[in-house]
Amino acid sequence: MSERSPADPPATAEPSSEPGEADAPPPEAPQVTAAESEQRPGGMRLARSGVRLVARFARMEPWPFSLALFGGTAWAATVVGSTVVIGLVNDKAIVPVLAGTTDRSAAIWAALALLAVGVLRGGSVVLRRWYGSVTEARVQAELRRRVADRVLAMPLSEHRKRPTGQLLAVADSDVTFSTWALMPVPLTFGLVALLVFSVISLLISDWTFALIAAVLFPLLVGVSRWFSSRMVEPATRSQEKVARVSAIAHESFEGALVVKTLGRESEESDRFNGAAGALRTQRLRLARLSASYHPLVDALPLLGMVALIAVGAFRVRSGAVTSGEVLAAVALFGWLNFPIRVAGFLFESLPRSLVSMGRIESLLEVSDGADAAQEHSAEGRRHDRLPPGPPSVRFDGVGFGFEPGVEVLSDVNLEVRPGEVMALVGATGSGKSTLSELLVRLDEPTSGRIELGGVALDELTPSELRSTIALVFQESFLFATSLRDNVALGRHLDDAEVLEVLQRARARRFVEELPDGLDTVMGERGVTLSGGQRQRVALARALVRRPRVLVLDDATSAVDPVVEAEILGGLRGDGSEDDAMTVLVVAHRLSTIALADRIAFLDDGRVVAVGTHDQLLEHPGYEALVTAYERDDVAGVGDRR
Amino acid sequence: MTSTDERNNRTLAAEPAGDADGGSTVALDVDPFSEDPTERPGAMQLLRAGIAATPELRAGLTTAIGLSVANAAWRLVVPVALQQVLDRGINGPDGVDISFVLWACAAAAAVVLVLTVVVQRLTLAMARVAEDVLYALRTRAFAHVHRLSIAAHGESKTGVLVSRVTSDIETLAQFATWGAVNWTVSSGVLLVSLITMFIYSWQLGLLTVVVLAPVVPIMVFVQRRQLVAYDTLRNRVGDTLGRIAETVSGVRVIRAYHHSEAARGDLHGAIGDQLAAQLKARFFFSIMFPMSDLFGGLLLAVVAGAGVYFAGAWGLSAGVIVACLLLANQLAQPIAEIGEVLDQTQTALAGWGKILGLLDQPVDVVEPVAGTTLSDGALPVSVEHVTFSYLPGQPVLHDVSLDIAAGTSVAIVGETGSGKTTMSKLLCRLADPQLGRVMVGGVDLRDLDPDARRRSIRLVPQDGFLFDDTVAANVALGRRGATRQDVDEAFSMLGLTSWVSGLSDGADTQVGERGGGLSVGERQLVALARAQLADPGLLLLDEATSNVDPETERVLGLALTALSEGRTTISVAHRLSTAEAAQLVVVFDAGRIVELGPHDELAGAGGVYSRLYESWIGNTRSGGGA
Repeated sequence: MSERSPADPPATAEPSSEPGEADAPPPEAPQVTAAESEQRPGGMRLARSGVRLVARFARMEPWPFSLALFGGTAWAATVVGSTVVIGLVNDKAIVPVLAGTTDRSAAIWAALALLAVGVLRGGSVVLRRWYGSVTEARVQAELRRRVADRVLAMPLSEHRKRPTGQLLAVADSDVTFSTWALMPVPLTFGLVALLVFSVISLLISDWTFALIAAVLFPLLVGVSRWFSSRMVEPATRSQEKVARVSAIAHESFEGALVVKTLGRESEESDRFNGAAGALRTQRLRLARLSASYHPLVDALPLLGMVALIAVGAFRVRSGAVTSGEVLAAVALFGWLNFPIRVAGFLFESLPRSLVSMGRIESLLEVSDGADAAQEHSAEGRRHDRLPPGPPSVRFDGVGFGFEPGVEVLSDVNLEVRPGEVMALVGATGSGKSTLSELLVRLDEPTSGRIELGGVALDELTPSELRSTIALVFQESFLFATSLRDNVALGRHLDDAEVLEVLQRARARRFVEELPDGLDTVMGERGVTLSGGQRQRVALARALVRRPRVLVLDDATSAVDPVVEAEILGGLRGDGSEDDAMTVLVVAHRLSTIALADRIAFLDDGRVVAVGTHDQLLEHPGYEALVTAYERDDVAGVGDRR
Repeated sequence: MTSTDERNNRTLAAEPAGDADGGSTVALDVDPFSEDPTERPGAMQLLRAGIAATPELRAGLTTAIGLSVANAAWRLVVPVALQQVLDRGINGPDGVDISFVLWACAAAAAVVLVLTVVVQRLTLAMARVAEDVLYALRTRAFAHVHRLSIAAHGESKTGVLVSRVTSDIETLAQFATWGAVNWTVSSGVLLVSLITMFIYSWQLGLLTVVVLAPVVPIMVFVQRRQLVAYDTLRNRVGDTLGRIAETVSGVRVIRAYHHSEAARGDLHGAIGDQLAAQLKARFFFSIMFPMSDLFGGLLLAVVAGAGVYFAGAWGLSAGVIVACLLLANQLAQPIAEIGEVLDQTQTALAGWGKILGLLDQPVDVVEPVAGTTLSDGALPVSVEHVTFSYLPGQPVLHDVSLDIAAGTSVAIVGETGSGKTTMSKLLCRLADPQLGRVMVGGVDLRDLDPDARRRSIRLVPQDGFLFDDTVAANVALGRRGATRQDVDEAFSMLGLTSWVSGLSDGADTQVGERGGGLSVGERQLVALARAQLADPGLLLLDEATSNVDPETERVLGLALTALSEGRTTISVAHRLSTAEAAQLVVVFDAGRIVELGPHDELAGAGGVYSRLYESWIGNTRSGGGA
């Protein structure tokens, strides 16, 4: 049975046009960049890479894949078998019963034979489709797991290079497209078997039948190739035009307010109509080709069948064949255009699969991040315990750059005393956040060294580092789980502990007013809480770990200044040993700066001055900056609740 | 956004403020903002509405019928030729009659060739109609969206509108080139083959109908299960992507808090759930199509068995039985193919319904036929008893009245949701009030010529949306026919010349998609220059709430002062300094004006404004003396 519609042009065919052959939802076709399409291998190279890709997937799921291949072969056998049975039914039942030479009970045998072949054929399709699906789905799941593991383990610098959307595209559409070439393999395998079985069957019947097939088949292949090669260009063009139409609509609707206030509706319509017109032109070019192609591919086998009937009549007269054998050959020719229609399928999906697999592999090749890597290395000589009490923090000639040659931090020297509250002040881009992140080893300094309590960071075991120091980020990120889980983040805590720490972060009151209290599940990225509330939950998450060094990267920017002062004041504790903390706070507000013991002023990646606020006011850069803060009266009204 | 949001906004569009009429003769009760794929009107109703919206479609119907018949006739050639050859040529009374066989085959070949040309022509004609209809739908829907006020009301619907004009029409296009042809061809083949069988033998025809009758309900049943399974799968895919997105966004927290193992467990769990859902959906896919093999086998068995057994009683020849076998053989396939496109058909029709529904949305801001114009210079504003609601029964503005003398600078303040932004939209007629009227320069906005309105009243929105072009080109949009010199002049009048020259390519700097290459503050500067070019008598400013770096803030302040010179300026203020500098402060609370007066007066009055003021002061200046 036809697996694809007769109206489906071979060059543009999307597997999704057969519901289910591709998975729902139809994934966005991955963008093939110019560089990638130049690298597209052609001909033999394509075939070889394709075989390697399929073999690789097959090795991941050998049994389901073999069963799918078997299903494909069995299908070919049953197709040819069914035509042979039709011929036999003619010769052994229809003709003799009508001539009165055989008993009418032959009808029952004929019926049973036809039914049996139909059942076997259907069964083979189920086998092929199901095990093909199993192979594909399991391979996809495995690839997704590998991608997910990589996303978790790769260094932050790699994260910065790849926007979220790109990583999602790899995990979703690239994984889907990479296995696209897998599904048609058992079918293609079956088609090859079908050709072989057909030739054998025709040769057994009569050489003239095989001869007609030998003329017809290359003709069909030629027609198909001629058309598909011509369809590539308009098909690509119309894909581009679809993207263009979409881009214009998106831009135009997003800027609808501006379009309206500027009265540019008609200009926008002209722009859009131009793109839509270009799309129509390309689609019609494609339609002209396929309007000729499909009737031709349908007509050629029909002409072949007519030729079979004519030649068959001669051969029947000479007694070389029976009328049943003519009938069987006619029925077999009915299948001829099917392989032609689907043969291109595998080769069309191959380039896409290879490009997608290339992208998956380039992600999988990324090595572990510094922190992830060291978890696995020998920890014997490392310090796994710092002396009790708040440790000192020391930056010694630290330099860092995201790219070679572009320094974000250069030769940073800074000493924070145990138990001290130090504010980091500097203009946007001066390196405050980077400094904070280096301190928790989210990145490795490119030069210099950082010490915690006199021990270099890379000599500390990861677990000791993480239990000593906690960083609260500028953008408070909450997971889409309950508030309790967000604070605990994997630790087992009782409610009293969670509430106590929420109290210290001045978050207890609003949490208790939430509909489900601690069990309230955060909306996507914590949208059900205000910015200030989110920041306080994120702070509680850090405090619950009882860190001895706390780094606040502008972590209370959305909190009301009065509340912020309460929180920061509370962090100083009651002076007892197990409460004391060394605090580094990146500050943008005078009110925050005022709470610090000392201030480090950063400018262009360097610490240029350290001292109290009054001392630093003599530094012209610092003075200008804090004056700007004072003037910067943006009414981002913080919330006290 | 949530579906309630979309529903609400739809109601806004469905409840026009004025007496606007959609103009379409066939009304479709379709919610163009619904994302529910099953919601659709009946097929005939849809077709009527579709022809009304795009009359180009009518030409396609006759073509489709022609194509259907021609294709079906094609499939009859071989069975009929074989029957004739068998009965009269091969099994004839005088043995094999070669000349009859040759004549019959020549005739059959001729019919095949003629039909090939006919089918080719008709297929092309149908494609032309389809492309014309799609083009018309696309461009009309696009133009209509810009005519509606909804587009300007919020970003939440942008995505929905874009998908109406792009993916919904694309689905329809896929359907037109594949599904629609499949329907035409398959139904024709089905019908004509069946009729031919009845002509050969009504008994065999009847048996065929009986055998095939259960196929449709079974396929529909399996397909429903399959749809549900694919729906579940879509959700699972969404879950997995959501998890990965969360992991990526929160990767710093995960690392800094040593949370990788748990996150990994969650991810693998989601991937496992997706796999299970995928296999379930694929199960239905696996058993769906082979059913045509099963029923095809059954049908052949019945036709052959009954045909042979009752050949004598029913008067069947060998040729007739063989022809019926071949016909039966090609019957199961079209049914299966229709079964396969049912799902696609439903989605396409639902999308079509929504596009037509969108075209049906009445234009709620109707421009006057011969509008009044306005004088140059600063314009007075008078708001008279204005009530406005986006949703029926939930007014955002209640009976608001306000008089502003020409040349005054006004700051509108109030909490989020107090109605201040809505007020600014009514002032430039992005929507009309349900009650009351807005007068600018002594003219009711509804009577004002649209071009005059756009020139004299200019809204500078919060986030100055820029088109993916150069800075200069974006500014030039401010006035029709503006030259590069005009653009440079506008920059210099606002004191922005040095800012512009500081950009990488000066005024020729590309701003990137949606202006993403510039900061929020810089986009505002471009928007201000754009407004300057229009030289409006009434300037409406919606201040950006987001942080702007101190240097840009300073430039922005100076440019604003220059721009406000000699105009009536109404600012939706988020900054204390703006309110302080304004001549008049209007305080909105819950859709009403609660306080009105100069800053100094209101600040000490102990009302809403004093509270706002204290909050601002507390937030920005506490500790200033430390």
